[in-house]
Amino acid sequence: MAVRAQESTRTAAAGSLVSGQRFRTRIGHLLLHAVLIAFGFIFVVPFLWMIVTSLKVSGTEFTYPPQWIPHPIVWGNYRQALVDVVPFLTYFKNTAIVAAGVTIGDLLTASMAAYSFARLRFPGRNILFMGTLATLMLPNIVTIIPTFLLMRYLHWIDTLLPLIVPSWAGGSAFSIFLFRQFFMTIPLELDEAARMDGANPLRIWWNVIMPLSGTVIATVAIFDVLNSWNDFFTPLIFLNTPGNFTMSLGLGQYVVDHGGQYYNLQMAAATVMTIPVMLLFFFAQRYFMRGIVTTGLAGR
Amino acid sequence: MAVQTASIGVKQRRRRGGLLREEALWGWLMQIPNVVGLTVFAAGPLIVSFGLIFTHYQMITPPTPAGLDNVNELINDPLFPTVVANTAYVTLISVPLYMLLGLLLALALHQKLRGIGIYRTIFFLPSQMPPVANVVLWLWLFNPDYGLANWVLDLLHIPESTWIQDPVMAKPSLIILGIWGIGSGMIIYLAGLQNIPEELHEAASIDGAGTLRRFFNVTLPLLSPVIFFNLIIGIIQTMQSGFTTVYLATSSGQHQATDSGGPDNALLLFVLYIFHKGFIDFDMGYASLLAWVLFIFILALTIINFRLAGRWVYYEGQLRG
Repeated sequence: MAVRAQESTRTAAAGSLVSGQRFRTRIGHLLLHAVLIAFGFIFVVPFLWMIVTSLKVSGTEFTYPPQWIPHPIVWGNYRQALVDVVPFLTYFKNTAIVAAGVTIGDLLTASMAAYSFARLRFPGRNILFMGTLATLMLPNIVTIIPTFLLMRYLHWIDTLLPLIVPSWAGGSAFSIFLFRQFFMTIPLELDEAARMDGANPLRIWWNVIMPLSGTVIATVAIFDVLNSWNDFFTPLIFLNTPGNFTMSLGLGQYVVDHGGQYYNLQMAAATVMTIPVMLLFFFAQRYFMRGIVTTGLAGR
Repeated sequence: MAVQTASIGVKQRRRRGGLLREEALWGWLMQIPNVVGLTVFAAGPLIVSFGLIFTHYQMITPPTPAGLDNVNELINDPLFPTVVANTAYVTLISVPLYMLLGLLLALALHQKLRGIGIYRTIFFLPSQMPPVANVVLWLWLFNPDYGLANWVLDLLHIPESTWIQDPVMAKPSLIILGIWGIGSGMIIYLAGLQNIPEELHEAASIDGAGTLRRFFNVTLPLLSPVIFFNLIIGIIQTMQSGFTTVYLATSSGQHQATDSGGPDNALLLFVLYIFHKGFIDFDMGYASLLAWVLFIFILALTIINFRLAGRWVYYEGQLRG
């Protein structure tokens, strides 16, 4: 009897210990929620403020204290910002041409080089691979002046070519690296079987390896499109006439020309630039994250 | 019989040699675009920009030899120390700040919490906002007269600031903008945390290690390669970053690109200054020298970091003596 009583007290003690721990975890989680929500506000509010401002009647964006719900809601701002004030539709067309050109060139030439690095033995391979990766360290600003002089010599200034052509020459080292990492996970037997059938490496790359590489192709393509969409510096250097501007440059130029006024139109344009990126993230999250994480963990 | 085997051996060897040579040929063939790209858009420009350092070149007339004129100009350039100080200020504060915030956020978002996916999205997405859209929004938030930032200060009864137009507050406003982008570093930490085997934490718990002990003796060492990666990338990016931000902040409403560096040149960062020299003044020789100086700074810092890495970065696969 006494033994039993002792036992039951022990169980009770253990039980209260467990529930105490659980209680502490719950308090911890509540605190964490509070902190994350508070901090999350800082991250969300500017974004909301951008959208709210974009829907206001010109002038009312300056009311104080801030008006959180625009009254009336002016969807026309978007039309004005995109068509009437700034020819964003033209900029969009230019950006689409650049993005398509860059993506195709990068996918073709980077994956070809990556196949050669991953599968073929040739003298100088390691040195060439190191050299390729070293370009990741090379600041854009060091090469931009000679590249500018070259493009001027070719009479390519104020055309979209300087933005597209470099990606047809091996693409970015980042893409080559991503492709190579992926190719190395594809079983070698596939190559060997194709070689037995008399296929040369070019055919194996195109007919055997590339059809299996959908995920990495998607990852690289997303990054190429995002870079073309986001890049401000390169278009600023190479483009002069508004008719040739990309979206980023067009929005930037709008700020240079009209900074300090028409914030509602500026925010409408900024929203239009941001929404597609968010959509891309939500619909292609898997590929999106893979690129970021692969390069990040390459440091290990 | 013996002769036959030998001849087969020779044939095989020759055949294998031929295959190898053929493979090498294909290997190089498939590298042609890459080699052209490396030559024309990386190695070539690197050499040419080095050569330009020793010339006067304003683009109207061909370059003329200038000896060390550009180096002398650099030594006597009153703006150069400002540029270096500004860039150092931003790098020294923002790199550790973003790394710490990113790590803390990743640790918080590594918990098994309800709605964790939503939190991760909220903190990650702003880092993916197009830079120009980001700056446009930021210029609006920090507008001295109507910006939301000053409204918040009013609510807290803190004196208002003119932010970007104030020589003291200009760089801090730039750094505050960057906090919005810590999501990309956070996601890398998070991936690193998820790679740490759960058993190690359990083993440490059984040995009586508390939360803090586990963090410093298990999590941190195993995460150190990722931290190191973020440090290297952070320094390289920050030292040449901020161009879009400071360019738009200093040219906003000016109707054209100016050589303004913000209030008291407080926003004159390295890359913006190179842009001014190269693409507004068209002083290509001097701009090339500045670009090389930046390149050497970045290279030196990276090498120093790699040297110091042995002391604190722990690689699991590494043999220890």
